Amino acid sequence: MLKKLDKYLFKGGKIIDPLGGSMKQLDLVVVNGIIDKTGQIEQTQFAGQIIDITDHIVAPGLFDMHVHLREPGREDQETIKSGCAAAMAGGFTEICSMPDTEPACDKQEVVRFIKKHSESELVNVNPIAAITKKRAGSEITEMAELRKAGAVAFSDAENPVVNSAVMRRALEYSSMYDMTIIDHCEELKLTANGQMNESMISTRLGLLPMPNAAEEIIIARDIFLAELTGGKVHIPHISTRRGVDLVRRAKNEGLKITCEVAPHQLILSDESVVGYDTNFKVNPPFRRPEDIDALKEGLKDGTIDVIASDHSPYSIEEKDVEFNVAPFGIIGLETMLGIINTHIVREGILSLEKAVSLMSIQPRNILNLPVPEIREGETANITIFNPDKKVKIERAKLHSLSKNTPFDGRTFYGSVKCVMNKGLLWMLEE
Amino acid sequence: MSLSSSHLLGLEGVPRSDIQLILDTAVSFKEILSRDIPKVPTLRGKTVVNLFYEPSTRTRISFELAEKRLSADTVNFSSSTSSAKKGETLRDTIRNIEAMNIDMVVVRHSAAGVPLFLTKCVDAAIINAGDGMHEHPTQALLDLLSLREKFGKLEGLKVAIIGDITHGRVATSNIFGLKSMGAEVMVCGPKTLIPRDVDQFGVQVTYNVDEAIEWADALNVLRIQLERQDSGLFPSIREYHAEFGITLERLNRAKKEITIMHPGPINRGVELDSNVADSDFSIILQQVTNGVAVRMAVLLLLSGVEASGLN
Repeated sequence: MLKKLDKYLFKGGKIIDPLGGSMKQLDLVVVNGIIDKTGQIEQTQFAGQIIDITDHIVAPGLFDMHVHLREPGREDQETIKSGCAAAMAGGFTEICSMPDTEPACDKQEVVRFIKKHSESELVNVNPIAAITKKRAGSEITEMAELRKAGAVAFSDAENPVVNSAVMRRALEYSSMYDMTIIDHCEELKLTANGQMNESMISTRLGLLPMPNAAEEIIIARDIFLAELTGGKVHIPHISTRRGVDLVRRAKNEGLKITCEVAPHQLILSDESVVGYDTNFKVNPPFRRPEDIDALKEGLKDGTIDVIASDHSPYSIEEKDVEFNVAPFGIIGLETMLGIINTHIVREGILSLEKAVSLMSIQPRNILNLPVPEIREGETANITIFNPDKKVKIERAKLHSLSKNTPFDGRTFYGSVKCVMNKGLLWMLEE
Repeated sequence: MSLSSSHLLGLEGVPRSDIQLILDTAVSFKEILSRDIPKVPTLRGKTVVNLFYEPSTRTRISFELAEKRLSADTVNFSSSTSSAKKGETLRDTIRNIEAMNIDMVVVRHSAAGVPLFLTKCVDAAIINAGDGMHEHPTQALLDLLSLREKFGKLEGLKVAIIGDITHGRVATSNIFGLKSMGAEVMVCGPKTLIPRDVDQFGVQVTYNVDEAIEWADALNVLRIQLERQDSGLFPSIREYHAEFGITLERLNRAKKEITIMHPGPINRGVELDSNVADSDFSIILQQVTNGVAVRMAVLLLLSGVEASGLN
């Protein structure tokens, strides 16, 4: 439940400083949504609600830059409200909404609709507008006006911009406003009718394959076009070894390329498709263990800038069908922090501070959005979680309207205690 | 004696003892099939539904005949459209059918994984009669029976599978079955129709059909789907025949005894020449006869009925 963040003392937590990156044990007083004090604060001197957060981490509000909200158009799968509820439960104070709504987010009215309908939520919803009208890949949208209406980046969601000339224009045009183009990288001719990653497993299962090369060809093309235009390219949900390598080389050459990885890609390989459970059908598909190793390497050396969930809600009816009929995608808002903390932080791939940065600071930097700071006088945009507390994922208890997760029954470390933003507080009911 | 699994979804991971039991049971059914009244009461009172979501003539007839020879009651459900298009989900269709007290389901579907999906929807025993590009286990079992009849054993036998390996469920099931029985397998076809990682199944790969003929004791020649040419997977039927077609001339050049199999229906003059299909090399019609016996064996062994009365 949401409460007004009128006068609270959060006592005993460790604060992650977004700029310094080090952790300090400090108490935190928030008054009317503003950080009033940090330091050692005596309970006796405080008149307000006191919340014990011993063993918890106080982090700048987490940010998920890849969320498919389904409103307007498919409110049976997810609404802005239910998506925000899932975001809060997952520890996020801000998200980006992908433009594959119905109608597509290709006009200022749709951007304004999303802004307006999320106004009273704790979660900031930052709309990503379409690159091309109707996401059809032929004419670029009114990018300048969309930006003024509140769009923070451009993407055609799961549609790649097939036409390289259109992609070139989009990069040129958006670069006038220092805006980022997020392009789903998939050479569609190579994945035609494809159902899963191309490997021995696809042969065993008799499912048409989607080779790594399909993703890498478009990553390479977009890198070339970024060089040609000076535009900013962001690669969503990168999944292959060579893809990471291409981005690494482009970055070394000083090109404006960034990329993100989805948490599920870091812990599931194509072996997970054996059994034909459609909750393991995602795009890009789950790859080979050697690709997963390369993704982890990319996290370590900074090639991968962002971790984002690619939260893709689908109804039970849509997923409970033959494998080749089911849509691609799984939900991820409520499992991301747990997966990353358990399998990336606790396994020593990234420090907790660095992982938090990839889930809060770096996406905001890419999108030119302000980074919340935890110091006196700043607005409280904060996530508090216990990294050592186990949480068992239970499908029925998820806040998302859709339940298409492959992690039902799995246990991860990392329990979100509360999130605060816009003068509001959401706290886990225990 | 019984199988280690309560369904037959594929031959992947099926132990040698299970395959042995199915083949041995099929041999005793072959004897019954040669009698004046080729019928036994073994499955009297059992109901089998043949659920065919994909057009099929020979497999469906073979199963139906097998069920009738065992005195089972049979119902046929045919639909060429997928459940999604029809408006009723596959789960609902199968649960409706099961509510009519069905013991076993024989299923053919264009989507891989459907037989496994059905095991999660209902309690009946599921027999896969071909699911997309995945598996076609009874076809492979009848191929194994035919080879065992011809050569007296499967261990060490060299079998080359010729044709479209990528889209072929017969190829996949044959690879698993043959490997499980200790045979050696080679696959041969145009590179565009052979999966990239197929060598990881422990099979040899060649793109030269003469090399395959030279190596093999038996060839399992697969049907080339003519629509594969339309999707550009090989340049022409003419060139396919010239490069991969099994001709009498090629076999004579090898100067050795070789056995020819084909799951049917044959594209005569494309993957297999008529004078080979109809020659002494060919055991294609024995395969068809063995198909009924093998399917009787599978039905019996999955029915839960004691097989002891068989002799």
